[in-house]
Amino acid sequence: MIVGEHKPIRELLSMVHGYDNILMVGCKGCVTVCNAGGKKEVAILAAALRIARRKQGKPVTIDEVTLDRQCEPEFILGLEEQINKNNYDAIVSLACSIGPQYIAEAFDTMVVFPGLNTNFMGGTLEHGIWGEYCSACGNCGIHNFGGLCPVTRCAKGLLNGPCGASVDGKCEVSKDLDCIWEHIYVRMKNLGQLDRLSRVVGAKDWSKSRSGGPRKIIREDLTL
Amino acid sequence: MKAETNLQTILAKGGFAVTCEYNPPCGTDIDSILESASHLKGKVHAINVSDNATARVMMSSWALSKLLLDLGIDPILQMVTRDRNRIALQSDLLGASAMGIQNVLCLTGDHTTTGDHPEAKKVFDIDSVQWIAAVKQIRDQGTLMNGRKIMGDPSFFIGAVANPFVKSLGLHILRLQKKVAAGAEFVQTQPVLDMLSFKEWLNLVVENGLADQCPIIAGVVALKSVAMAQHLRNNVPGMMIPDAILDRLGAVGEAQQLNEGIKICVENIKILKETKGVNGVHIMAIRCEEKLPEIIEQAGLLP
Repeated sequence: MIVGEHKPIRELLSMVHGYDNILMVGCKGCVTVCNAGGKKEVAILAAALRIARRKQGKPVTIDEVTLDRQCEPEFILGLEEQINKNNYDAIVSLACSIGPQYIAEAFDTMVVFPGLNTNFMGGTLEHGIWGEYCSACGNCGIHNFGGLCPVTRCAKGLLNGPCGASVDGKCEVSKDLDCIWEHIYVRMKNLGQLDRLSRVVGAKDWSKSRSGGPRKIIREDLTL
Repeated sequence: MKAETNLQTILAKGGFAVTCEYNPPCGTDIDSILESASHLKGKVHAINVSDNATARVMMSSWALSKLLLDLGIDPILQMVTRDRNRIALQSDLLGASAMGIQNVLCLTGDHTTTGDHPEAKKVFDIDSVQWIAAVKQIRDQGTLMNGRKIMGDPSFFIGAVANPFVKSLGLHILRLQKKVAAGAEFVQTQPVLDMLSFKEWLNLVVENGLADQCPIIAGVVALKSVAMAQHLRNNVPGMMIPDAILDRLGAVGEAQQLNEGIKICVENIKILKETKGVNGVHIMAIRCEEKLPEIIEQAGLLP
């Protein structure tokens, strides 16, 4: 899933400074699962902003709505009636950054703020802890590394083994982070594939990644 | 084929190589470094010039390398893959060759977040193994990484680094094997302060046939003070400084710590010189480079 976290209240407050009639839009997709931008978080953040603004002597009206997904234009268009009726001066989206961009593209004169920071593609490690697993390089080769991704999970994206700073199985970037190469090594040993690990892996083709520019997938069999 | 570098010649002859290292200045004033380095002419076979070591901005490695070359000293150009993609790396390599720089030490480099511009975007387009392979291809096949033919016939002596002081020796030896397979012609290690661990690593290197394919230059360090040792231990990734060394430095008065640091360094050089499988030493006298001639003399390494 896409993992995000809501922006600090102070930052949100300064963003919406001067706007008095706001629609806060949550998303029932990934950001609900990672407890960042679902119905519950919309309610909490909206309440927090209302209280803070009242304290400032500048009360704000915030309506709440949570869409099934903000990464589908048809769900975004479902906001049209509510927007037209209520004359909002700004929208705060609590989806990953796809949501606020879709809203911006759908409603040309509407001011949109991202309520979340979109962090990474990953999964739940423990309750309340999420980790990054994929960089969407567009050319998956994790089967060559025991099923684990060194592009994402090695801080340097090394494809030919650990760097010299991995002295005790930890990453130089953070002692809380295991060196993924230790895990790759154990996996490939278990799989009897250490011979594969000793082959030199050539330079990666990054043109399929974000280095190639914004990407688009066209499925001829599905297009209308 | 161009003439061999000084370092290449001594290693090819089976001699004991002596190298040292300078960090370029953070700025444009190079007088003191050049003055210090000029005293090393004829005393070392080559001088490493680091490439934004520990991810801190310093003058470019090729610039100081060229200035050393002008002094008549064989430079080892360090190149890390952290900051430049394959386009920039290849371009700088060709430029270095045109300036007469031939020893190239290929590293990945410390992570950007450990340095003085932690907000910087990391590059790591390729890793050190892939960069070694690329330098070899440019030299031996006369083609860039994309296969395009280059003009000219550059000559490079390709080096790699290894950290012997790691828990998972098997895994790290595997990476070293790849470096040698990719084209490394000499290997330089992290500073040796723990001789037992170093010998354990070296045995594996010899067992795996790597020592036959590639000379090993063992790193040594002259620690200036307990404070410096602690700073290195805490801030330089991969730098292992045993407690015993800190205790030994701390046992003498502050004014004597540099001398004690030099003594440790000289002792280690003497042991390494007699160690089978070690083909040279790489002396790091961090922020006390002016002591290098003294260390070399005391270690009996003067020609």
